[in-house]
Amino acid sequence: MQDETILEITDLNICFEMREGTVNAVNGVNFSVKPGEVLGIVGESGSGKSLSARSIMNLLPRNATVTNGSVKFRKSDGEVVDILAEKRESRKMRELRGGHVGMIFQEPMTALSPVHSIGKQIMTTLSLHTDLSKKAQVERAADLLAMVQMPKPMEMLKKYPHQLSGGMRQRAMIAMALSCNPSLLLADEPTTALDVTTEAQILDLIMSLQDELNMAVIFITHNFGVVAEIADRVSVMYLGNAVETAAVDDIFYNPKHPYTRALLQSIPRLDGQKRRRLQTIEGMVPDPFNLPTGCVFHTRCAEKMAGKCTSQIPELTYFENDQMARCHLHQA
Amino acid sequence: MSEQTLSDTAVEPAVEVKENSSYTAKPLTLMWWRFKKHKLALWSLGVIILLYLVAAFAGFLAPYDPFKHNRLHPFVPPQSIHLFSEDGTFQGPFVYGLKRQRDPETARLSFEEDTSKINRIRFFVEGDKYKFWGLVPTKLRLFGVEGRRNRIYILGTDKLGRDLFSRLVYGARVTLSVGLIGVFFSFVIGITLGSLAGLIGGTIDTVIQRMAELVRSIPTIPLWLGLAAALPVNWDPILVYLLITVILALIGWTNLARVVRGHFMTIRNQDFVLAARLSGASKTRIVTRHMLPSMTSYVIAAISLAIPEMILGETALSFLGLGLRPPVISWGVLLQDAQNLRSIALAPWLLIPGVAIVVTILAFNFLGDGLRDAADPYQK
Amino acid sequence: MAGYIAHRLLWSIPTLIVITIATFVIIQLPPGDYVTAYIAELVETGEVIDAETAAHIRHEFGLDRPMYEQFLTWIGGILLHGDFGLSLDWKLPVSELIWDRIGLTLLISMLSLLMTWAIAIPIGVYSATRQYSFLDHLFTVLGFLGRGIPDFLLALVLMWMGFLYFNFHVGGLFSPAYENAPWSFAKFGDLLSHLWVPVLVLSTGGAAGLLRIMRANMLEELGKPYVETAYAQGLSERQVVWRYPVRVALNPFISTVGWALPALISGDVITAVVLNLPTTGPLLLRSLQNQDMYLAGGFILILSVFTIIGTLLSDILLVLTDPRIRHS
Repeated sequence: MQDETILEITDLNICFEMREGTVNAVNGVNFSVKPGEVLGIVGESGSGKSLSARSIMNLLPRNATVTNGSVKFRKSDGEVVDILAEKRESRKMRELRGGHVGMIFQEPMTALSPVHSIGKQIMTTLSLHTDLSKKAQVERAADLLAMVQMPKPMEMLKKYPHQLSGGMRQRAMIAMALSCNPSLLLADEPTTALDVTTEAQILDLIMSLQDELNMAVIFITHNFGVVAEIADRVSVMYLGNAVETAAVDDIFYNPKHPYTRALLQSIPRLDGQKRRRLQTIEGMVPDPFNLPTGCVFHTRCAEKMAGKCTSQIPELTYFENDQMARCHLHQA
Repeated sequence: MSEQTLSDTAVEPAVEVKENSSYTAKPLTLMWWRFKKHKLALWSLGVIILLYLVAAFAGFLAPYDPFKHNRLHPFVPPQSIHLFSEDGTFQGPFVYGLKRQRDPETARLSFEEDTSKINRIRFFVEGDKYKFWGLVPTKLRLFGVEGRRNRIYILGTDKLGRDLFSRLVYGARVTLSVGLIGVFFSFVIGITLGSLAGLIGGTIDTVIQRMAELVRSIPTIPLWLGLAAALPVNWDPILVYLLITVILALIGWTNLARVVRGHFMTIRNQDFVLAARLSGASKTRIVTRHMLPSMTSYVIAAISLAIPEMILGETALSFLGLGLRPPVISWGVLLQDAQNLRSIALAPWLLIPGVAIVVTILAFNFLGDGLRDAADPYQK
Repeated sequence: MAGYIAHRLLWSIPTLIVITIATFVIIQLPPGDYVTAYIAELVETGEVIDAETAAHIRHEFGLDRPMYEQFLTWIGGILLHGDFGLSLDWKLPVSELIWDRIGLTLLISMLSLLMTWAIAIPIGVYSATRQYSFLDHLFTVLGFLGRGIPDFLLALVLMWMGFLYFNFHVGGLFSPAYENAPWSFAKFGDLLSHLWVPVLVLSTGGAAGLLRIMRANMLEELGKPYVETAYAQGLSERQVVWRYPVRVALNPFISTVGWALPALISGDVITAVVLNLPTTGPLLLRSLQNQDMYLAGGFILILSVFTIIGTLLSDILLVLTDPRIRHS
């Protein structure tokens, strides 16, 4: 693991055993995160992006198994934890969760406990990872709510999730995730369920907090616009593969993988030529029980090379500026 | 291109139809498809159908008249059916004859197998007279043993020497139909009141709600007991039987009414009802064509869970001597004979009707669970 | 909150009034009255009572007056003097007969309720967190059996097994030696040694049903996102399960605890008859059969009051435990 990274995922493979068969949900995902860096993970539903994030927390669904790869996390004191080698319930893992890695979820409606007040839920995290007194916990919780710009934080502590609006709940969620100053924040589509104005506010909040606390963020979304706004680096996922990873500018102006290109072309633009029809990606996402051989994208790829793409799995190709892609086009 | 499309559709119509049918299938068809996956429920349905067949053909299946006393054979234990005699020769199905003994000290009769006498089982024999379905007089019974004076008691006899198997088979008719008729009554009351409350709302809803709450506030069993005790002892058994079902229904309707009302309340404001209203459908049409069909599956599930409650109710009442009384035969009445330790210790086979009850209740519960799961259209 | 309770309390008054009237009418429904039943009983033993004596007894008990008058006298006595009237059958004040038995009934019911919960909740939680494990399957089978076997049948079978294998007389609450003895530690111990049978019988059916509900609720709750949030906070599995989903999954229990108690009290009737327990059941049964209307009426009235209080209590508990209801 390189010195300056705080998280490194190498060759991660996860599969599900289902009654209908085995689903290879994540196939060889590689990425790393540096301190203070924002990594955006983009992909459609079922591309394995949430699952990759769950593996960082070692909170995979019970019927999922990691068949290969490693996830390594460097704590602020320099200790490196091999997350997948830890037991799900181990003390080290529990310290990591909430203490060193915070996580926020998609559904602010249901991701908070309906029977505990906001304050109680934040204080639970605090009591697990700090030795603050009860009084100090209350103060810290109120500070956190103020930090996420909630009005009247002392009163808010006593509120229950159902009494708050979606945006407010997501703020509370963020406050909870940040309560123990994590060095990495996992955000799993935190703005998807919100309306556009609230989304913008929450994105601003996350960005300013990231700046202020200098933490690394992994931001999972299916929205390229959001990625362009907040990410330093972007990883594009398709059917369990991280097909391309690069700095945000390279992704938008110099995409290497046909899937990235196709995705970018399917985004409506205000500045583009008029009367241009929006391009779509041909075909459908293949059945996950029955993944295509060779490159998983070949069934929909406009630049498919017969023979090669249908039979061989492409290796990662590295470009300058840490850009990497899995595509035969770039292999000698 | 058009050729291609044509040939495509020509090749795949079977698939098309099948895929489309899940979009157009009626709720009940969908429910049946989901239900079929529930193996235990499917088996239970089989068991229940079998039980009702037994009840329907009681006269044919029972070897003897269930009321006929036999002074010589009180408390005969169940006889086992053999295929080979003592010396190992194949005889076909048979039972040994009965050897009567009297305990010299207690003067109590006991029975033993008399291995020297072999009573072969014969099928489609002439037995006691009965009327098939109350209409056709006949003597045909499914099985019996050869010899006019010989008897076969596969489940033993009671204190009056009546064949327990025959009584059990006849008892099925009463016990199983009490459940059906009781549920029918409570179904009628429950659906009517529930839909009135759910549809009209307002004062009517409040009144019906209060009524249901009231019935629920009265402790169930004392209420049963009270009502059942109110039935005069000397009334016609058939009348008592009908009244018992009515009593069970009068208490059982609240649950069904609640289900129906709740469902009407939720779907009243749903988009499909609104859509029907906006397109000008009459109120009656909306209720009968849109709202009621959307809840058939729930109602069916609720009913199948209510039947075992009714059966248990009848059994418990009869067991206490407040429900059906001899000479009516029901499983509860049969269990009355097993009310105290002395008779159970002497003749444990008198508990067999209890086994029948448990099997029936379990089968109905499994069926109900399966139906309830299948009734939920948003299930995975 | 206070307004809500007051509202509920006010509503329970008309409910009670209707129940008392209904009770009284139901008891009076059978043709004839206590004296008819009494005479019939005497005839069986060979005694004969002439019409004049019968009329005399009727007059003495006020049975010759119109029903509404009898009702008003009865209810007036209860409300004004706490006097439940005289048991016609026992020739004793009803309250004297009832309270002893109601105490024992409540004891058995409470213990059964506790037992029901003690069985159903941990097993339900276990089954849900270890879905499809061997023990989950085993508990599922046991649960279905428990639901399918009627209480009285279980009591019968236990009685028989006790007799067959341990030569132990299951039944009653006291050994003959202690039956009429004053209360002492030894008598209490004797009571405990007899108590487990009815408690077991009464709790299995309920526990089996609750277990299924608890398991289903837990499975539903465990799949919800807030559980994942709790894990992400760093809580251990045990903490997550017991702090969050169990609390939510218990709500339906709390809302029915008020019904559970009266259901147990009335469920006790049949079991008590079979096991020959000195609780309310057998006495109530006899009073109904003999048309001993003040005794039966008193019982049903008190049981109904328990039901209403129980329902009220569970509604209040539910409001207290579920903030979503509290604030709406």
